[in-house]
Amino acid sequence: MIEIKDLHKSYRMGSNSLHVLKGLNLSIKEGELVAIMGSSGSGKSTFLNILGMLDEADSGQYVLDSVPIKDLNETKAAKYRNKFLGFIFQSFNLINYKTAIENVSLPLYYQKVNRKERQEKALQYLEKVGLKQWADHLPSELSGGQKQRVAIARALAAEPKVLLADELTGALDSKTSYEIMELIQEINDEGKTILVVTHEPDIANMCKRIVHLKDGVIVEDTFVEQVRASEYVQ
Amino acid sequence: MFSRDRWQEIFQTIRKNKLRTFLSGFTVALGILIFTVLFGMGNGLKNTFNEFFMDDATNTFYLYPGRTSVPYKGFKKGRQVEFRNDDLEDIKKDFALYLDKITPRTSKSELARYKGESNTYNVRAVAPAYQEMEKNILMKGRYINEKDIAERAKNIVIGRLVEIDLFGKSESALGKYLNVGGVMYRIVGVFQDDGGDNEERYIYMPYTTRQLLDKGTDKIDQIVLTYKTNIGYAGAMAFDTSLYKYLKDKHKVAPEDQNGIYLSNTADIVRRNMMFANVLQIVVVFVGIGTLIAGVIGISNIMVFVVKERTKELGIRKALGATPASVIGLVLQESIFITTIAGYIGLVLGMGILSLMGNNFKEDYFITNPEVGLDVVITATVILIFFGVVAGYIPAKRAARVKPIVALRDE
Ligand SMILES: Nc1ncnc2c1ncn2[C@@H]1O[C@H](COP(=O)(O)OP(=O)(O)O)[C@@H](O)[C@H]1O
Ligand SMILES: [Mg+2]
Repeated sequence: MIEIKDLHKSYRMGSNSLHVLKGLNLSIKEGELVAIMGSSGSGKSTFLNILGMLDEADSGQYVLDSVPIKDLNETKAAKYRNKFLGFIFQSFNLINYKTAIENVSLPLYYQKVNRKERQEKALQYLEKVGLKQWADHLPSELSGGQKQRVAIARALAAEPKVLLADELTGALDSKTSYEIMELIQEINDEGKTILVVTHEPDIANMCKRIVHLKDGVIVEDTFVEQVRASEYVQ
Repeated sequence: MFSRDRWQEIFQTIRKNKLRTFLSGFTVALGILIFTVLFGMGNGLKNTFNEFFMDDATNTFYLYPGRTSVPYKGFKKGRQVEFRNDDLEDIKKDFALYLDKITPRTSKSELARYKGESNTYNVRAVAPAYQEMEKNILMKGRYINEKDIAERAKNIVIGRLVEIDLFGKSESALGKYLNVGGVMYRIVGVFQDDGGDNEERYIYMPYTTRQLLDKGTDKIDQIVLTYKTNIGYAGAMAFDTSLYKYLKDKHKVAPEDQNGIYLSNTADIVRRNMMFANVLQIVVVFVGIGTLIAGVIGISNIMVFVVKERTKELGIRKALGATPASVIGLVLQESIFITTIAGYIGLVLGMGILSLMGNNFKEDYFITNPEVGLDVVITATVILIFFGVVAGYIPAKRAARVKPIVALRDE
């Protein structure tokens, strides 16, 4: 599903440049649930943003679902993001003046799905994350966990190949975090490929594979026995 | 651009972001309103000016006889020059190329009486051509005609206010007989005039009738004539010079004598007035442009603010698959929609204010009938929309180019 070869990325800041990613190699198959771990500043988000076409690598190869991702103009990147990828952010990034259902249907709007179908699909995904009855509420009326569920529903609504989650539990208490991870595991059980960036070991252990980043290189890449989040959730 | 979905998206952002909508809408509405009102008031000033100075025919010469101040060809100085009917005929004959209309004018103040009412009026003895020179508009009946002149008829035309003075508001003067200076005249017409109240308190009679009553004289007081407008300013000045010389020659007035005959030519005055009117026009246009520029600057600032405020939202949209073009379209279409509606509101309000002002400010501020052509206001609105678009396009384009990670970065 994802093939990464010798990926480099540095940030230029004035005269000096900061080499953040120093030749990453990674291969992820369909249906995997991968945790990307590392201390703060190790380049996790940078890596995820490149995978998400929100940012560009300086060099290296990136193939997503057999499509080589390179030399993308903005319009093409937008189309690929819309078609291939679903994002979940630490700070949710919901549009504050749109209700839950409107937020969820937004990626479908950019897929040019008609209004009625958008509405139906959005409601279906809200139901999946357990928020059907909150469909007409604004983000400000929802708890952190509920907001993240809406964001997950939104990421799923476009039916992407891969879900990319950056510290998706970073703003949540541990109980809520486990509930969210339970949902992520369920979605993965249905076959969706998911990458989760985290620096929390308990969250990482709920994935099936852990990739350790340190100083811009992968220092460890292991398949683990998945801890089911449901064990922690009553 | 015209997809229903896009519009729904825009209506939603408008509805849910009232402050933003209000700010940009208010700026545009205010800009157009001020533009309309100022422009209208400028036009009102111009209207007053035109009414004051452009009421009477503007291509006119007035000729007055005077007393000579230089002895000439055996005549002593101090001789009173007199115009006679043959002067009219001679001018008609010898200046046919320049002349448009000509009429004598002999004025006399006389008491007019009808039943119990009486008043003193200026009675002018003229030829039919005089109507056009004064721009009198007939309300009832007719003006003095050639038949009156030929038959020396005792027919008169009276001003609107003469009728009201003597006949009251309800009675019509037309066809009635009026005693003027002891002679009974039949009223054949009532006129109105834009030149103010005084101009509507004149009585006109055939000059031949006046001459008959003055013991059959063929003397006339003054001569008023208009020239053909196509001869232009230079032509008018040439006509002025040669006519003056011609009449001095005919009446044996020394060429250097400035007092034997007076010729007053409106061409010069008109020229000066026209220049003043043009200056007024330029001021009006400048005021309009100034307001528009202020409006454009206002809308530009607001668009920059709007785009800045929306950076994060636009970043989210981009992460979800919005193309740069759709981001730009979203921002611009919203701003065009708001400016158009607001511009329309400003236009209607401005027109409303102008029509409320009406002629209430005529006496104190010289603003007559302030109004703006719809075409002018629509052009102004379109200009404002256009610059709103330009002003919005630049930040919208920048926003569309910002990488979503930059827009989404947590503060
Ligand atoms: N846009 C940027 N410009 C410059 N430096 C950046 C930028 N984004 C991240 N960095 C730097 O790159 C390094 C890696 O950042 P990041 O990928 O966010 O790490 P992580 O998510 O693992 O905490 C950090 O040192 C950070 O300061
Ligand atoms: Mg990070």
